[in-house]
Amino acid sequence: MKHILSALVQNKPGVLAHVAGMFAARAFNIDSLVVGRTEDPELSRMTIVVLGDDRVVEQVRKQLAKIVTVVKVQDFANQDVVQRDMMLISVACTPEKRPEMLALIEMFHGKVVDIGPKFVMVEVCGPESKVEAFIDACRPYGIKTLARTGSIAMPRYNKADEK
Amino acid sequence: MAPDATYASAPAKNGAQITVDTLIEQGVDTVFGYPGGVVLPLFDKLYDAPLNFIIPRHEQGGAHMADAYARATGKVGVVIATSGPGACNLTTGIATAMMDSVPMVAITGQVRTDLIGNDAFQEADTTGITRPITKHNVIVKDVNDLARTIREAFHIASTGRPGPVLVDIPVDVFVAQCQPESIASQIDLPGYKVRVHGHSRQIQLAAQAINKSQRPVLYVGGGVIIANAAQELRQFAKKANLPVTMTFMGLGSYDQTEPGSLDMLGMHGSAYANFAVQESDCLISIGARFDDRVTGKVKTFAANAKIIHIDIDPASISKNIHVDIPVVGDAKLILQELSAEVEYQPRKEWFDKIENWKKKYPMGFDNNSEIIKPQYVIKMISDMTKGNAIICTGVGQHQMWTAQFYKFTKPRTFISSGGLGTMGFGLPSAIGAQVAMPSETVIDIDGDSSFSMTLQELATAVQYNLPVKVCILNNGHMGMVRQWQELFYGKRYSKSSLISPNFANVAKAFGAAGYLVEKKSDVKPTLEKMLAEKGPCVVDFHVEAEENVWPMVPAGKSLHEMSGLDILESMA
Ligand SMILES: Cc1cc2nc3c(=O)[nH]c(=O)nc-3n(C[C@H](O)[C@H](O)[C@H](O)COP(=O)(O)OP(=O)(O)OC[C@H]3O[C@@H](n4cnc5c(N)ncnc54)[C@H](O)[C@@H]3O)c2cc1C
Ligand SMILES: Cc1ncc(C[n+]2csc(CCOP(=O)(O)OP(=O)(O)O)c2C)c(N)n1
Repeated sequence: MKHILSALVQNKPGVLAHVAGMFAARAFNIDSLVVGRTEDPELSRMTIVVLGDDRVVEQVRKQLAKIVTVVKVQDFANQDVVQRDMMLISVACTPEKRPEMLALIEMFHGKVVDIGPKFVMVEVCGPESKVEAFIDACRPYGIKTLARTGSIAMPRYNKADEK
Repeated sequence: MAPDATYASAPAKNGAQITVDTLIEQGVDTVFGYPGGVVLPLFDKLYDAPLNFIIPRHEQGGAHMADAYARATGKVGVVIATSGPGACNLTTGIATAMMDSVPMVAITGQVRTDLIGNDAFQEADTTGITRPITKHNVIVKDVNDLARTIREAFHIASTGRPGPVLVDIPVDVFVAQCQPESIASQIDLPGYKVRVHGHSRQIQLAAQAINKSQRPVLYVGGGVIIANAAQELRQFAKKANLPVTMTFMGLGSYDQTEPGSLDMLGMHGSAYANFAVQESDCLISIGARFDDRVTGKVKTFAANAKIIHIDIDPASISKNIHVDIPVVGDAKLILQELSAEVEYQPRKEWFDKIENWKKKYPMGFDNNSEIIKPQYVIKMISDMTKGNAIICTGVGQHQMWTAQFYKFTKPRTFISSGGLGTMGFGLPSAIGAQVAMPSETVIDIDGDSSFSMTLQELATAVQYNLPVKVCILNNGHMGMVRQWQELFYGKRYSKSSLISPNFANVAKAFGAAGYLVEKKSDVKPTLEKMLAEKGPCVVDFHVEAEENVWPMVPAGKSLHEMSGLDILESMA
């Protein structure tokens, strides 16, 4: 099963090496890992998608929390979260195919960010499944290049949390 | 140990001076270390520092010494090495300390900050290399972070589940002058939290389970020694009337001369401990980590028991085995609280059963043999020192026999590499323990192959006149390897014997005393002479070449499926 772990880490050199190294040393599988700054300049957030059963992921969570530069770890497994991946994809597309292609992009709420005589570059953002679906839809045209981020996630508003 | 408030107005110092001053502020009185190019500024400040400084003959030895210093005292051990080769030589010692949760601070020099990454002379990515074998490591690139970082290193190394912390310091940071106010800066570790108080509800649940149990067993590990909780353990075990088995790392936490002691459990544990664990209905683990050498086949381990696990490291809990009642916190505090909640239960049937196993399968060996049996030597050392010595070992059969036949009565008296199983640990660890405890008898019970790995440290023992005693149980083999080859590889003894020098003569060449013992009747008188020696001394015992360690749980078998029970039974 896939779990999304969200780790608040200190903005210090070596933190990524500590986290990535721990995963490698303990033979845990990372599906994706995204690091970015937060509202606090001292902290970054790592969103890590991990594959494994609950017992393995619980170990991952504990081992992550043990890293001195990791401040806080949450597992979003049983929570309603907003999850987003982002992708840039360059698809073969001659001028004749453009209307068809644009309709497809529209359907996925994508954005054309560059265009040439033989391709379009599209930006797609959304849950992983949507990004995957767009990739599948593009295959018949021919995918030239593809770059994806991993997932970032945040829990949705939950009434129970207010108590 | 709060740094002096007057620091704020102190004059600027260079990084080397800050390093020395912060070590002293942290209560360090002894340092093990070896010099080299980039640490010369530091060694210059060590020249007249009020520190007891021990130079080993190899950085690995220095790391083991610092490690054993820490195990013997509970204080943080400190080792210093230069960049590149010096730091690389520390790694075996750091990994050894990591696996056995030993508080240690390693300080390594690094090439100049502006050369890092350039394949500079004697450059190695020390933090990269040591990341997986340290509790934490850090490179200091600004001298104004130095005092704080060293304080943090001591804090992290010594609290929670202890472990080695490495601080890598480039040479330009050693020589840079700091701003005076930075000297006072305090630790700032938002991501480092230690829970010492156990959850009271969990403690109650544990107490209820213990009170209800008919066949309980206390399974005690190195965490009890780390927590300095031997006294609390004893009170708890007596109050609730519980039999106690110890892991290899837990030896010394409970007096083995007490009737309630089941001695060691696990692969080479006693039959009575292993049977008791397998039949128990409530297994209370305190400061132990369900290592594979202890559990055997995990599926069948204590299969009918409710498992209570008390450990300071949340990641230790349910890592290898599902735990029914976890209690996260410090063993000492939790044992105090738990003691208040438990009641005495006679459990006569259970103790009778255990007593029968003890009678049927005692730890034994062929005491009538004319050839010197290694166990005989260990038993003799045990009888002569009455548990009042600090015992160190190498790795192999001699190590297991020491765990089986030496009766430990006090914590911090057994110093051995359990988790990593580092051959060569014996002599340097004995030196470190002797430095820490100058008036104690320190004995390294070693194997011929293990001893050969670090025997150059005899020079260290001689230089500092440290009266360590080395007893080599010389079987001419890598005995443990030979045993496995005998049992599992059809006696094909592939590359597992060494031709060694006369170790007594080796010792003499180093300036230590040396004895060679080939006759059983010479064992006792020579041990007497050895114990009376004022300086370091090596005794080379030529023992039975093909003795095996029994009982043994073969890899993949359940804990009760021990081989060698018939041999134990025949010696009962
Ligand atoms: C050849 C060989 C054979 C071996 N055979 C055996 C064998 O038969 N039997 C055996 O037992 N071992 C054996 N060992 C040793 C084995 O490899 C492990 O080192 C050992 O079993 C681990 O002991 P432990 O579980 O007590 O954990 P340790 O490594 O001592 O770990 C300590 C535990 O206590 C916790 N802790 C630390 N501080 C505290 C605190 N303040 N409060 C509470 N908890 C704390 C830690 O988080 C950790 O979980 C063998 C080793 C070798 C080399
Ligand atoms: C550094 C290191 N290398 C290899 C091993 C594997 N090993 C474990 S026990 C052993 C043999 C030990 O022989 P010796 O020190 O003579 O002790 P004995 O078993 O004979 O008592 C070996 C090679 C190890 N534990 N450590």
